[in-house]
Amino acid sequence: MDESRRRFLKSLGSVAMGAGCGLPLLDSARWLARPAAVPAAPTQWAMVIDLAKCSREDVQRACTEACRREHNVPSIPDPAEHIDWIWSEHYEHVFPDEVHAHMAEDVRQIPVLVLCNHCTDPPCVKVCPTQATWKRESDGIVMMDMHRCIGCRYCMAACPYGSRSFNWRDPRPYVERDAQGKPASDYPTRTAGVVEKCTFCAERIRTGRQPACVEAANQLPGGEGALTFGDVTDPDSDVSRLLRDENTICRKIGLGTGPNVYYIVPPSLAAIAHGGEA
Amino acid sequence: MLQNAFRGGRGYWALLGGWAILIALGTVAYGHQLTQGLTITGMSRDVSWGLYISQFTFLVGVAASAVMVVLPYYLHNYKAFGRMVILGEFLAVSAVLMCMLFVFVDMGQPARVMNVLLHPSPHSVMFWDFMVLTGYLALNLVIGSVTIEAERKEAPPPRWVRPLIYLSIPWAVSIHTVTAFLYAGLAARPFWMTAILAPRFLASAFASGPSLLILLALLVRRFGKFDAGREAVRALSTIVTYAMAINLFFVLVEVFTALYSGMPDHVRSFSYLFLGLDGHNALTPWTWVGEALAVACAILLLIPTVRHQERYLALLCGGVIAAIWIEKGMALIVTGFIPSPLEHITEYAPTLPEVAITVGVYAVGGLVLTTLYKIVLTVRERVQLA
Repeated sequence: MDESRRRFLKSLGSVAMGAGCGLPLLDSARWLARPAAVPAAPTQWAMVIDLAKCSREDVQRACTEACRREHNVPSIPDPAEHIDWIWSEHYEHVFPDEVHAHMAEDVRQIPVLVLCNHCTDPPCVKVCPTQATWKRESDGIVMMDMHRCIGCRYCMAACPYGSRSFNWRDPRPYVERDAQGKPASDYPTRTAGVVEKCTFCAERIRTGRQPACVEAANQLPGGEGALTFGDVTDPDSDVSRLLRDENTICRKIGLGTGPNVYYIVPPSLAAIAHGGEA
Repeated sequence: MLQNAFRGGRGYWALLGGWAILIALGTVAYGHQLTQGLTITGMSRDVSWGLYISQFTFLVGVAASAVMVVLPYYLHNYKAFGRMVILGEFLAVSAVLMCMLFVFVDMGQPARVMNVLLHPSPHSVMFWDFMVLTGYLALNLVIGSVTIEAERKEAPPPRWVRPLIYLSIPWAVSIHTVTAFLYAGLAARPFWMTAILAPRFLASAFASGPSLLILLALLVRRFGKFDAGREAVRALSTIVTYAMAINLFFVLVEVFTALYSGMPDHVRSFSYLFLGLDGHNALTPWTWVGEALAVACAILLLIPTVRHQERYLALLCGGVIAAIWIEKGMALIVTGFIPSPLEHITEYAPTLPEVAITVGVYAVGGLVLTTLYKIVLTVRERVQLA
């Protein structure tokens, strides 16, 4: 081969490689140049779920369906490919550490609403290689950028609550639509190959509204107070009051993730299981 | 030097043609996956990593094992590995390439792969894995090509490559350690969350990688008129023997800790592997075959008269590779997801297109390895003739 051309190609290659290696620094430079953060009053949104009220089938349906419509969450029949932001699981699976061998079968199977816990120290955020999921400093919501997500699913392996769903296929054909073929809400539908989850309805909170599931539950007769949403750092908020006054628990507290979804445990779980409210 | 890859006999071209056909099949299947999404795989909401990530884990071990020839040769001046080192380095190149491809085909949005560099996230182990694998690929490619180029010119390799060689030794350890940390750092998955995972990965790597290298050296001697030396093969077989014994010991340590402590979260994954859980036992036969193979190979390797006969050694090396492939390439990743965080048991089996893509990636590795070894063999042949 022509020696000089070869040398030219070699040096071209080295220059390209050198420039490529510099790419990661670009972001750091931007980070250094960013304006100093304005110290805003940090908020941590939290949710308190009343186990008794939320075990009612109509309350559960109202919550999960409101969420599906609000975010155009697809309803895929194959359970292996389910996309769920808020859904129902058995008590024994949600709180494995609260269950012992002599607990009644119907108590074990009390339906419990589960969703992303918006953890104080979220393992999903720690593992994400692109910061496509991050904990928002202003209000503690664990956010998701569906345009940055590369679909590696490391966050799904890291989440101890199974709160994340991956779009194994194009979700759009499975989104509920009206007669004109328009989806139920303006919320952007997703593509195949990205992970999604509950965002505490960040888009609604921005305009001063409550999350869709909370609103739906409270509008239902008898569902008032089934879900309570608020700022846990504000001692006067409804959630802070409930956490002070009621007997509440969190999921898998021993893992140190610091969940921000709490559950009110009534004096008698058996009463829920037997159909009445505690 | 590269031109040697384009001149070869009928056997060489037939081999390349074979790889090309497999690559074509894999590409067709991958095209299918690109248009349909990962729904064409056997993965699910509960078991969200499968065959691809398992193969990645297995092959990181193969790549790291190059250190087992590099270290004795360059640090201890163990001359017998002189002709083996380059085979190890180029095996590492091919293995790292396959690792990267396996991560790539596992991605839901492969077009966005550069986001890993555009938004570097030092808190993510996957970011570090990306870094160390890229670095290791570059190191071995540079070291391998520079040393073989020097050999072609019948001159000693340039001095600047020496520090790179020394750097590649801890770097090899780092790639498999970081890969183990990918899993071991997750509180959500008790099966993986064990401090022995990284040492265990290294031990199994140093058994399976050198086994593959022995098989390749025997093949190259038979078909390529190039002998890496009986002493080198024998030394490698000793390394395989010790690594296999240590690997078995680590597995026992892990099983003891899980079973004796009796903590349900830790017991259940092992129950699933060895006995099946609530009637789900897709992996049970694999586990028993893998463990039986591992124990049998370790015992036979320990007997010098068996180990020193190359036809038995070849069989045992095949057994070691199969045992570790079952352990790391099948069982380890899937079992981490069973049971799920919500205590559901969802089993996993790869689909046909998933297997085709996997075979395609292996074929890319085979193609790269074939051409790299061809270059080495041609250069060596010419030097010997001269």
